Amino acid sequence: MFACIHGPAADLSQIAAAFSPWFEHTAPDTVVFSIDPLKRLFGAPHQIGQAIAQRSGSRVHIAIAETADAAILAAHNFPGLTVAPNLGDLEVATLPLPGGFQDTFETWGIHTLSQLAQLPETGLAERFGPTGVYLQRLAKGAIQRPLRIAQLEITYDDRIELDHPISLLEPLLFLIARILNDQCAKLLANAMAASEVMIRLELEDRTEHVRTLKLPVPMRESKPLLKLLQMDLEAHPPQSATMALSLALAPAAPRTTQGGIFLPSTPAPDKLELTLARIRGLVGENNVGVPELVDTHHPHPFRLVSRQPQISSQPPITGRQAFRYFRPPLNAKVDLDRNRPARITATGIHGNVLNAAGPWRTSGDWWTTTAWNRDEWDVALSNSALYRIYREPDQHWFIEGMYD
Amino acid sequence: MDPNAALTTTTLGFSPLAHPRETLPTGFVSLNHLIEGFPRGAISEIFGPESSGRTTLIHSLLAAATANLEICAYVDTDDSFDPVSAAAAGVALSQLLWIRCGHNADHALKAVDYLVHAGGFGVVVLDLCQVHPRIANRIPISYWYRFRRAIENTPTILALAEKQPTSKSCASLILEVERKKTAWAGAPGFKLLREVELEAIPRKPVRPVTATFTARATG
Repeated sequence: MFACIHGPAADLSQIAAAFSPWFEHTAPDTVVFSIDPLKRLFGAPHQIGQAIAQRSGSRVHIAIAETADAAILAAHNFPGLTVAPNLGDLEVATLPLPGGFQDTFETWGIHTLSQLAQLPETGLAERFGPTGVYLQRLAKGAIQRPLRIAQLEITYDDRIELDHPISLLEPLLFLIARILNDQCAKLLANAMAASEVMIRLELEDRTEHVRTLKLPVPMRESKPLLKLLQMDLEAHPPQSATMALSLALAPAAPRTTQGGIFLPSTPAPDKLELTLARIRGLVGENNVGVPELVDTHHPHPFRLVSRQPQISSQPPITGRQAFRYFRPPLNAKVDLDRNRPARITATGIHGNVLNAAGPWRTSGDWWTTTAWNRDEWDVALSNSALYRIYREPDQHWFIEGMYD
Repeated sequence: MDPNAALTTTTLGFSPLAHPRETLPTGFVSLNHLIEGFPRGAISEIFGPESSGRTTLIHSLLAAATANLEICAYVDTDDSFDPVSAAAAGVALSQLLWIRCGHNADHALKAVDYLVHAGGFGVVVLDLCQVHPRIANRIPISYWYRFRRAIENTPTILALAEKQPTSKSCASLILEVERKKTAWAGAPGFKLLREVELEAIPRKPVRPVTATFTARATG
């Protein structure tokens, strides 16, 4: 059997949740749920109805019927508490009739649900199609359907207010670990993972210190998350002692991967993120990532993107000569012979030019502040090394790097 | 059989089990014939003077590893890595983790320590090419023992590129590279760097033969 609560109460969901964890929020003013499991607790259906009425007050209408739709129909049309109602006397207009149906029923002299229920099903199907059959079964209270269960929005956040301010990171981490353990257990129970962690520290100087970690893959283990937060807070400590802290996890579907038996193993993404966080703490945030080529004629057509490496399509292997940059480029003194480099002197490098290819004149980005304009040469020096040198418009020479 | 002979696998009639070490071949066939590839779970060193082809060989090793769908790491002590020539050599850049250490060898060693202990990498390159041998020789030997222990029994190759061998006895493979010839195309005055011929000399294990291979210029 099903109970339906219909009325203007704002907390219908809470009333329904007090009796069943699975309920359907049919409309903003209507909830319906099964009362079969309540029989051992409250007794007969009218006793269950009284218990619901006692909790929900007098402003709502409650109906208990064999089917969910019958209970909804009754709650909408009978005031107060109704148990096992007789729907036959209700007018046809109480049904959700599509346009034109009511006029046809009036022409036929069908005014009540009992009259509609007595019509031949085949004739109704021929005249109105499946809708007519559905309305007749609704009038009979014979529609059996599963409830569309309302999913309560689950949040993964918590807040702790402190009696005394905390200025050290270690005791703060104990509190963060406490929240993280609870929230990660909640994630696990709901088969979810976190894609983002946000920590908000309310400080003694009435300011807030907010840090957000965007995770490369959804994670739900508290230990790596705690370690990531620890390293982030070590790198970006709050300016003052903490008075309260709140932590929120953004839920996401957990990562599912199928490893290949013949594929080489790769670093676990959560473990790799921890390793990268440690290395970022060592060499700086902007110095760790994946190189990416940029579609430009700039002398340095690449950038470092801060993300984890990923398996991708494979370029063919070719035996190409490598180049190494000197960062920053070395200032050089270049002696020219008939406008070609003849001798190069720089810090740690000097020699006569044995062979030279160039000049390759390039320029670009003149409309920005990062414009470049230079003449490049590939040179073989008498010290048996191959270098790339360039000259800027102001006649300054630099050694950009070497072929190795 | 001599009754006084010590009991060894040989005297007992057994021959010790030989486990061939798994290797990763490079893109250079002649070098693969010489050393059968870089040994996995071990430290390999490539050393030589400037423009000798150390980085070319490292790029070839990275290209082979990324073609094998492995994730690799390049610890760039002196910010000298060139992604353009690496991509031209066949390195799948999206599978390469690039760590720039800003001329700090200590940071580079610590980064390598984190990487080899994290596990799962196919090749970890430590680029010490622009570190002076005097400074490289100051690296405590305990680092190399620690790295060797960390990658032992894993598929990870720790490849060092440098001017002089530094890992002492910890390396399983030491290759010296030299540039034999540089080929220029075009007439005098309009020349173009075409290719270089490189030679690899195995220093550990010592072999009486060398491998010669050619690398074309990028561009």
